[in-house]
Amino acid sequence: MKREEQAMRTDSGKEDFNIIVVGTGGQGVMTASEALAQTAVAAGYDVKKTEVAGMAQRGGSVSSHVRIGSEVFSPAIAPGKADLLLAMEPAEGLRYFAYLKPGGAAFVNLAAVVPPVVFAGVASYPNDPVGAMQAANPSVQGIDAAAVGQRLGEPRLANMVMLGAASAELPLQAALLAETATARFKGRGDDLASLNLRAFEAGQALASAPAGSLP
Amino acid sequence: MWGLNVAADALMSLTLSGPVGGLVIAVADDVGLSSSQNEQDSRFWGRFGHLPVLEPCDSQEAYEMARDAFELSERFQCPVLLRLTTRVCHVKTRTVYGERQTELGSASADSGFTGDPGRMVLVPAHARNRLQVQVERDRLLAEYTEQSSLNIAKDGTGGIGFITSGPAYMHVRESFPHAPVFKLGLSYPLPFDGIRKFAAGLEQLVVVEETEPLVETELRAAGIPVLGKELLPNKGELTPEVLRPALGQLIPESGDAAGPVAGAEVFARPPTMCVGCPHLGVYYCLSRFKKKAVIAGDIGCYSLGAGRPWQALDSVTCMGASIGMALGMDLARRQQGDDGADRDKAVIAVIGDSTFLHMGIQGLIDLVYKGGNVTVMLLDNSTTAMTGGQDNPGTGRDVAGLPAPRVDFAELVRALGVRPERIREVDPYEMPTLFKIIKEETKAPEPSVIITNKPCVLIDDFRRHKALAVREEACTGCTNCLQTGCPALQVTRRDTEVTKSGKRFDKAWVRIDAVACTGCGLCAETCGPGAIGEPAMAAVMA
Repeated sequence: MKREEQAMRTDSGKEDFNIIVVGTGGQGVMTASEALAQTAVAAGYDVKKTEVAGMAQRGGSVSSHVRIGSEVFSPAIAPGKADLLLAMEPAEGLRYFAYLKPGGAAFVNLAAVVPPVVFAGVASYPNDPVGAMQAANPSVQGIDAAAVGQRLGEPRLANMVMLGAASAELPLQAALLAETATARFKGRGDDLASLNLRAFEAGQALASAPAGSLP
Repeated sequence: MWGLNVAADALMSLTLSGPVGGLVIAVADDVGLSSSQNEQDSRFWGRFGHLPVLEPCDSQEAYEMARDAFELSERFQCPVLLRLTTRVCHVKTRTVYGERQTELGSASADSGFTGDPGRMVLVPAHARNRLQVQVERDRLLAEYTEQSSLNIAKDGTGGIGFITSGPAYMHVRESFPHAPVFKLGLSYPLPFDGIRKFAAGLEQLVVVEETEPLVETELRAAGIPVLGKELLPNKGELTPEVLRPALGQLIPESGDAAGPVAGAEVFARPPTMCVGCPHLGVYYCLSRFKKKAVIAGDIGCYSLGAGRPWQALDSVTCMGASIGMALGMDLARRQQGDDGADRDKAVIAVIGDSTFLHMGIQGLIDLVYKGGNVTVMLLDNSTTAMTGGQDNPGTGRDVAGLPAPRVDFAELVRALGVRPERIREVDPYEMPTLFKIIKEETKAPEPSVIITNKPCVLIDDFRRHKALAVREEACTGCTNCLQTGCPALQVTRRDTEVTKSGKRFDKAWVRIDAVACTGCGLCAETCGPGAIGEPAMAAVMA
């Protein structure tokens, strides 16, 4: 099928929506942005997803752009053009904060990943990255994803918690996103899939809860 | 990193003989330099080798053009380059695909080999004849590109027209959605007539190409005036945030200018080696030889040894360069007189298992042949780690993960002529032994090879031990353990101690991230007061 036929299959009335997902290598940035892109495809959008990963498995800074709309050209989101910032790590959120449009939504995992360069004393970790972002944009929301992971007994669920937290701000159905995000665990035991689903739901609850309260 | 550079010799001859059936070479340029040693424009190879170059702009086109490329290759009996860049390779888009086609016509898998020495045996007499074939092919391709549906002129409004290719096309459409665009899908040879037709009625043509001014230069040479690199950078990606400001004066109605760019100053977060990585011990030891040795590195995870805290590499050039660089340094050092600055320095090369098999064996043969006084550290972690853990002839598994013959590295280097006494296998987690062996081998005045033999922490062969813990009251804040560079070590507090002589020591007390720790014990080996151990043990000792 050629491009023209493909374009006809997209819902041409849909508004553009730009998401930037950031974090450090190994935090599930790619997995989260992949789930967002797949869900948008399933919802009939045109989608482009790209990333700057470098040596992604090795703890470096990772960012992924997901652009959805009726027809998307450039895969790269320009600074100031993201509708949503999803940060798996606070300092990484601050690093890419300039990509968020004024008044855009942001969800930031509160758990800091402090790299060896900081412990070695050759770099310093920002003082209060979430506070700095909130000062510029009050709708920036900190999410204690680690607490959910701890409660569910699996620390690697943070990206699922974050996806759940952001789900209400997306032009996508939360249930469809949850299904797509947990699909890769199918066949690897019901426990893993349901654990991830619970993490997603905990994220949804955290985002809608008033500040300070626990779901 | 560019495989095509390494295969250049084959390419330049293959283009003369031409393939039977289709031959498509997918070559990916790291425009924007996200993970390579250089940023090169492989479209040059099309010019150099008289080959058509196809440039997809996204995933859908990459799929479609792969087919187009095979058709072109069969039709013109020449290799075809499918030129990809960062923003094709690191992009996923909706892609609609069809049935797999295994045969295109002229050749089938069952038709067998038909000898054609006049074409396949490139001795000068034959090759000269093939040159004439190539000249004719150039002419036919130049005709073909004018009619190719891969080159599309897109109407628009305004007097400025763009000529562009690959992902730059998408960036142009994003930035200047209404401007007329000539999209080069088959970007070499150039469709000069088509471009002249496109130019008629336009005030100005602007070439937007990543990264070198190739199209621009050829259009000017053909008498077609264009703007290009005088406005745009000849490095990096030409994204909307680059294009809009650069061309804003030319096209004022470019609309949506980029938003605020004032980003927060956040520390650079370089990639690190993994928690418990077997290379940590190697670089802890090598960092102790920095002043006494010149260390040539190679391509892989272990190139991270150039970073903090080890800073233990003096060169990383390209895949396989380590041993050759080291031999060169050794030969140069021998030219120095008795007072020469490097006379007493050791020369060390560091190379991984798959890199050694890929590009290092030749270097070691040469090192042995020339009697180089170099110590080669062959870091065998049983995988191709940096690229994601692919198997190779040294892992004992094939590409599908099934059992396969396994190269015995010690036997291999012995066969290349390294004396058995100078081949040392060592567990990289046994740092005192490793350190002693490096010391011995760098003293030995002949080629030696030290093979480390523990697997990458990210592969199934790796065995995790119980996480270790720090007995806080025993920790003296000496920071020795931090010199391993293990990311599981976290500083809890700092202090500065001033000795009687006025010397300052920065101290740091640590804890270990119990979730991440693999229990490898490297940090414990560096701990003078013995403050690091298994948690139970730590409790008893407390």
